[in-house]
Amino acid sequence: MGEQNQEIKSLIGREYKEGFSTDIESDTLPPGLDEGVVRFISQKKGEPEWLLEHRLEAFERWKKMPEPDWAKLDIEPMDYQAISYYSAPKRPEDGPKSLDEVDPRLLETYEKLGIPIDEQKMLAGVTVAVDAVFDSVSVVTTFKKTLSEAGVIFCPLSEALQEHPELVRKYLGTVVPTSDNYFSALNAAVFSEGSFVYIPKGTRCPMELSTYFRINAMNTGQFERTLIIADEGAYVSYLEGCTAPQRDENQLHAAVVELIAMKDAEIKYSTVQNWYPGDENGVGGIYNFVTKRGICKGDNAKISWTQVETGSAITWKYPSCILQGDNSIGEFYSVALTNNYQQADTGTKMIHLGKGSSSTIISKGISAGKGQNTYRGLVHMARSAEGARNYSQCDSLLLGDRCGAHTFPYMEIKNPSATVEHEATTSKIGDDQLFYCRQRGLSEEDAVSMIVNGFCKEVFKELPMEFAVEAQKLLGISLEGAVG
Amino acid sequence: MLKIENLHASVEGKPILKGLNLEIGTGEIHAIMGPNGSGKSTLAAVLTGRDEYEVTGGSVQFMGKDLLDLEPEERAHLGIFLGFQYPVEIPGVSNMYFMKASINAVRKGQGEKELDAMDFLKLVKEKVALMEMRDEFLHRAVNAGFSGGEKKRNEILQMALLEPKLAILDEIDSGLDIDALKVVARGVNAQKRDDRSVLMVTHYQRLLDYIVPDFIHVMSDGKIIKSGDKSLALELEEKGYGWINQDAA
Repeated sequence: MGEQNQEIKSLIGREYKEGFSTDIESDTLPPGLDEGVVRFISQKKGEPEWLLEHRLEAFERWKKMPEPDWAKLDIEPMDYQAISYYSAPKRPEDGPKSLDEVDPRLLETYEKLGIPIDEQKMLAGVTVAVDAVFDSVSVVTTFKKTLSEAGVIFCPLSEALQEHPELVRKYLGTVVPTSDNYFSALNAAVFSEGSFVYIPKGTRCPMELSTYFRINAMNTGQFERTLIIADEGAYVSYLEGCTAPQRDENQLHAAVVELIAMKDAEIKYSTVQNWYPGDENGVGGIYNFVTKRGICKGDNAKISWTQVETGSAITWKYPSCILQGDNSIGEFYSVALTNNYQQADTGTKMIHLGKGSSSTIISKGISAGKGQNTYRGLVHMARSAEGARNYSQCDSLLLGDRCGAHTFPYMEIKNPSATVEHEATTSKIGDDQLFYCRQRGLSEEDAVSMIVNGFCKEVFKELPMEFAVEAQKLLGISLEGAVG
Repeated sequence: MLKIENLHASVEGKPILKGLNLEIGTGEIHAIMGPNGSGKSTLAAVLTGRDEYEVTGGSVQFMGKDLLDLEPEERAHLGIFLGFQYPVEIPGVSNMYFMKASINAVRKGQGEKELDAMDFLKLVKEKVALMEMRDEFLHRAVNAGFSGGEKKRNEILQMALLEPKLAILDEIDSGLDIDALKVVARGVNAQKRDDRSVLMVTHYQRLLDYIVPDFIHVMSDGKIIKSGDKSLALELEEKGYGWINQDAA
């Protein structure tokens, strides 16, 4: 114990320049960020030298970057020295022993979402062996076997660094460079968890990686880093997140996701984000500052982002596509819901470089309570983007008269043959609609949920089916108390 | 079944219903006629519990219950159905989904078992045939892009599904050509039952040629000023509403 404290003290003292010895038993760093912390994380992960350098370079850049000033977001200044940048995954024995010890309100929400009891236990972190949750470990093993037979690599990023260092080195940071923005730089310096996916040439990933993900990787990191590569002609569908409410003591979440689609490849990336939004007075809640970007490197490549964002106090994310290949395709389907004091500033960037590249943007913003919802998007048609096309549709739905919806579509057209279409609507859930539903026997809450889900239909149909069903329920739950 | 006594109601502080009395027995068909602004549609809205209408006096009993105490959905659960003058569009929600949610909400409210997908499908197909509609209708979004006639037929289809005890039809004939009117009327007539009452609100006598009421009431300035059997409609048609007003005055 004494030795450990010494180690930690030396860290806080910021005198430590070199690497750490491997016999450190402490799994959690005290709050604070300096070069020593960056080195500690890298060393803890047993990373190669090049990655440590990459991290340190990112850290140096981050220190020089100004914290972004938000146009439409109201954010308290953050103290980056008050955050702990590394903690080991929670051990099962630290969790509650049974569902009786879990917050009943959380269980009620699980119930409404229709989550089976065994899965509830897992989500709530109840101490339970994995094989009791899903018939057996063999389910997981079977998944792994199916994937590896197809040649698919799907593992934690840290494992990929050990097993496939050349792949990671070739692609990491190529789509979202460390200097991209304040939070991507911070992530590059201190990321400690994440996933790696590689689909080999001509391979259709034999399963939705969502299924696997739900079982295996519930603990999402604070500074997560995801890298997905679909080689020529490959296909993969990946889902992150969970409809079940996720609590986390970390206020700041700054993930980076990079997608790389080679010639004729397709990546479908779906997100359901339901982090703690804070209470009805706007106290607490997660800051979700995420950088997500994909590149269609080869001709006819396709990247499709689908997101359902209902959680977090503040959501700031713009899943984007660089359409480099000729005839490549980028898609963005988004539902963002803000209730109480939640704020969302989300959208996409479609960077058209390739000839005949096309993109579709469907954004549905729902504001309730005092929620503020902003769509911010860029469509860039480069000089080289001969005959490129974009279609954007941004619809906002307002519940009540204290919320806000804002739309900022930016367009930069450098090629006269490019076509850009933008449509936007703003509507309110009308008393007429509510009364009509209630006259037909529906409760006010069910009526709102139905109207909102109808509004989001174009996006939900892009989600893997089982999640579409859950996402619908989720919207209903997130809007509880928004009317009346 | 329904007993309205001395009902007063206002909208945004303006009195519309000024002491209305009406009693409807089980299985009876009543028609309320009257000029625009006489309060016909307000009556329909008050009976079904629309928020914007404030009841300032009187009482409404429905099957022994005080109706005015109940939320709109609770009234629907009791078996009160309103065929809307302007059926509302709900984009993105399929008609089929909406009707299934509706029928199950009502069944649940009545303490009955909810219908599963198969039972519902069977029922809805049967009713669609009754309303001389195509199945394709079910897969479109609720009332979105429907023609006037389609919207009204959709209302009567929902009535057929929900099997109400009291159906209030608010200007179900407005905006319909004669062929569409005949179809809607056939749909309503096919649903006549000894234990189902109907209250039709209409401006025109024309509807009553196709759905023949047992009683006709004439409304003026928030009150029923004359009641009679179906011959009253013919008299009205001949002499106009002015006659009643003069008569009453």
